[in-house]
Amino acid sequence: MLLLICPYCGVAAEETELAPGGEAHLKRFGPGSSDAEFEAYLFARKNPKGVHFERWRHAYGCGKWFLAARCTATLEVFGTYPAQTSGPPDDIIDRIKARRPDWKGFA
Amino acid sequence: MSIRLTSGGRLIDRSAPIDFTFNGKHLRGFAGDTLASALLANGQMLVGRSFKYHRPRGIVASGAEEPNALVNLGQGARAEPNQRATTTELFDGLQARSQNHWPSLEFDVGVLNNYAARLLPGGFYYKTFIHPRAAWKHLFEPIIRQTAGLGAAPKDRDADRYEQVYAFCDLLVVGGGVAGLHAALVAARAGARVWLVEQSAHWGGRAPVDGDMIDALPAADWVNATVAELAGMANVTLRARTMAAGVYDHGYVLLDERLADHTPGDGRPRHRLWRMRAARIIAATGAIERPLSFAGNDVPGVMLASALRDYLVNWAVSPGQRTVVVTNNDDAYRTAIALHQAGQTVVAVIDARDQADGALPAQARALGIRVETGKAIARVKGGKHVTGVEVCRQTGDGTISRFLACNAVAMSGGWSPVVHLYSHCGGKLIWDEAGAMFRPDAAHPPITQDGSAMVIGAGAANGALREAIADADAQVRIALKAVGIKPKKSAVPRQDLPDEAALQPVWIMPQAAGVGLRAKVWLDYQNDVKVSDVQLAAREGYGSVEHAKRYTTLGMATDQGKISNINGLAVLAEALNEPVPQVGTTTFRPPYTPVPLGALAGEARGEIFQPLRKTPMDGWHAAQGATFEPVGLWRRPYCYPRPGETPRQAVAREVKNTRQALGLLDASTLGKIIVKGPDAGRFLDMLYTNVMSSLPVGRCRYGLMCNEQGFLSDDGVMARIDDDTWLCHTTSGGADRIHGWMEDWLQCEWWDWQVFTANVTEHYAQIAVVGPNARKLLERLGGMEVSQDALPFMAWADGSLAGFGCRVYRISFSGELSYEIAVPASQGAAFWQACHDAGASLGAMPYGTEALHVMRAEKGFIMIGDETDGTVTPQDLGLDWAVSKKKADFLGKRGQERSHLTSPDRWKLVGFETLDGSVIPEGAYVIAQGSNANGQRHVQGRVTSTYRSPTLGRGIAMGLLLRGPERMGEVVSFNTVDGSTVQARVVGPVFYDRDGEKQNV
Repeated sequence: MLLLICPYCGVAAEETELAPGGEAHLKRFGPGSSDAEFEAYLFARKNPKGVHFERWRHAYGCGKWFLAARCTATLEVFGTYPAQTSGPPDDIIDRIKARRPDWKGFA
Repeated sequence: MSIRLTSGGRLIDRSAPIDFTFNGKHLRGFAGDTLASALLANGQMLVGRSFKYHRPRGIVASGAEEPNALVNLGQGARAEPNQRATTTELFDGLQARSQNHWPSLEFDVGVLNNYAARLLPGGFYYKTFIHPRAAWKHLFEPIIRQTAGLGAAPKDRDADRYEQVYAFCDLLVVGGGVAGLHAALVAARAGARVWLVEQSAHWGGRAPVDGDMIDALPAADWVNATVAELAGMANVTLRARTMAAGVYDHGYVLLDERLADHTPGDGRPRHRLWRMRAARIIAATGAIERPLSFAGNDVPGVMLASALRDYLVNWAVSPGQRTVVVTNNDDAYRTAIALHQAGQTVVAVIDARDQADGALPAQARALGIRVETGKAIARVKGGKHVTGVEVCRQTGDGTISRFLACNAVAMSGGWSPVVHLYSHCGGKLIWDEAGAMFRPDAAHPPITQDGSAMVIGAGAANGALREAIADADAQVRIALKAVGIKPKKSAVPRQDLPDEAALQPVWIMPQAAGVGLRAKVWLDYQNDVKVSDVQLAAREGYGSVEHAKRYTTLGMATDQGKISNINGLAVLAEALNEPVPQVGTTTFRPPYTPVPLGALAGEARGEIFQPLRKTPMDGWHAAQGATFEPVGLWRRPYCYPRPGETPRQAVAREVKNTRQALGLLDASTLGKIIVKGPDAGRFLDMLYTNVMSSLPVGRCRYGLMCNEQGFLSDDGVMARIDDDTWLCHTTSGGADRIHGWMEDWLQCEWWDWQVFTANVTEHYAQIAVVGPNARKLLERLGGMEVSQDALPFMAWADGSLAGFGCRVYRISFSGELSYEIAVPASQGAAFWQACHDAGASLGAMPYGTEALHVMRAEKGFIMIGDETDGTVTPQDLGLDWAVSKKKADFLGKRGQERSHLTSPDRWKLVGFETLDGSVIPEGAYVIAQGSNANGQRHVQGRVTSTYRSPTLGRGIAMGLLLRGPERMGEVVSFNTVDGSTVQARVVGPVFYDRDGEKQNV
């Protein structure tokens, strides 16, 4: 029963208010892409024990999609941020590095 | 025999007698009794039979950890099995029955298992019931099910109600002993929002029983003063009878409050489940005493030393007038002293340690109590109750040195902190050598969302068995600091406690007990697991503690091994020749004690189990006696049977009437999503497989949506409202999902596109007017031009009908002349009635979803969820015409280019006509030659929609068939459940009005 702060409405939303959307920052591959690219886009998902970036929707709240950085092992949340970005913002990266010095960085 | 003493008992009110029954026998207790104390007061030592060997069992403990005294409580609609007598507060008229025996508690046939114990070793089930394989299902399982299980499951519907409440706090303190009370007080004085919960009905925990002094006050007085101060503070919530069942992620805690267990039927909810979010949790849950492992330690009358003390002090009950105390620590001497002070005889204290020179043993000796050091109990004598113990040297093999006659044994193997709440979310434990116990490892706590400790142990639960208040004081300050609250400086209340010498870990008594003794040493009372079973598991390779648990059932069932786990682990460690922390513990999982399913369900039962969506016309349907079916969360009329009609006859009538005269359908559930903005056309071209941006204003177009894999996900009719506005109709069950899907792409992928969406499904009531008389009805209603010229097929127009402002779509899902009319939801019922009134002489009848399905199947129209199952492409369904070849991109286009989806060998949509006119069973497969490795027939297709067509008078079906469209005219076979086959000819999927003339008039 996670608590995630919706970056749009500022509410600390309980998991029952949220809908999960899988891995964040996927790059869409459409017509013209190679089989390998399309396969990676459609099926290949990271499954890290540790730092992970995820999509969540404040489905029973403001309805907005947002992104969350959290640790899959401890459920520690490093931050949430709006979905309109292709990579995690610097302040989130810094916070993760401070908490997880061994983290290899967003790739 | 156990008796009630004539004086004493701090919790009972002798002026308030209470009558209850046990196995039908009328007994009497006092207000303040638990069922356990009342049973003991009535001399009822024997309270149940053990699970496997049906051995006589008595009360061992005085709280939630009790493994033996489980009873069936209540009757009929208030029957509940496996209730712990030790936590059941006595009330007038309580009815309890003991469990797991036949024909009676006193004489039980199952006890034969006891004498066959050598044939029932650990892992017995796994070893015995493997061969022959068929015997498990037909022979062994039925027999085991008959004899297994503890209480009887209730048969009636639960008469009680339950409720759930959300709550929030800065600090949740679990445990109302002195540590929890002090922690709550420090936090409350600092201004924190504090909750303090206690599982029993009383505050103070063990301290008042043990006669502790706090700040020079008797503990009971200190407790009363502290509770009074807390109760007077607005930022404090106190809840007794409330058990913290589990700690979950990010400070979520379930609290089970037993509101009316002790006052059944008084109108209050029986339990209230608090769904708590706590910023920090203090686990001041105390500690549980461990039994000692000696032969016969399960004979009724053998009890935990602390429990015996509780019965004596709290309820003035003496389980035996001649008691032997057996211990490895100083604490148990408190029991000896308490017995002596209550005028009971302490035969001896058998202390496994070579020396016992602490303050408490000294006090006991001074009272004249015999203390024997370096000694052990070799064996307890007695069957249904203790008659004596055989004493031996702890370091020996059990050679008997003396027999002591007694009728109760108080045992203490030390204390185990209650670390459950600390462990539920991943907190780690460390092994404390001095206390021979696992306690919370503050360096590895369960953490919350910011990475800091979520649960903090305090007092005995943190391993501070003695200076509990001082530890709680330190821990609550850490917790408050973490949530940004500054505690006030204050002196720590001083606990005045006698010094205690170290305990000596004793896992088997005597140390070198032979096999004969070990096979009578119980570790887990509830599951009948003995020392010999755990040793056998170790020998057979179950070295992992989790494996050994499952192999032997140690620590399972309703008590989850609260008193047995540590002893079991230690025995396993010894057998494996490994240190205890190396072996580790099994995983602690919620709930701490069982929570009734009723409490977990709360109010979500009966008609409010799930919200029901109703259309504006729902009341009319119900008044007509419609048969309803669920569609998503909606309920829709399936058909409207007339008196004497079966549903099938009603459907046939509705179909025929619609085809021949006039049918009215409540289509309000249809999804309606407005897509608007400068980039709306571009967006819809990405979402739909065909082109929507080119749709002229005033026109409608059927469209398909696919997921990125290229598989169909939804369909519906699009209407272009104005230059930058489109209205998408989705399936009834798909509106919310498709709206979410649109938002996902707009917010997360094309966030620079200027598009708004709005799900307006419930804003409009929609009525389909269908059949040859449809236009006549609209003309009668009057108000707008609905002719073929003014409103041709696949056009829409705004206007009014019979004075109702409406939007009329000329679309058809039945193949008939058809209009779908949307009016504001508030006017839906009135407009629906107006249609029926004006249409009566035109033969208007309502029709339900089944007639809708039959008519669309007659026309070969697909239905999302029937023809599609998430693996079907538009091309599979012959809908290539609705998939744009010109568009550079749309969702699913790349997916559809994959080689498997472009293969000519796909199963494709065709129609099937049975040769004999029968209806192909739903779910039937088209069989092919040969079978697979499992002996199952190969298949080459399946039916997706199959109905009896009232129009054609025979069975019709659609389905997917390998290279189907190339095989027109071929006869194929469908399997059926009874093993026979149905022959059908492959035909086109459109059975009725192939040229589509009827809808376009």
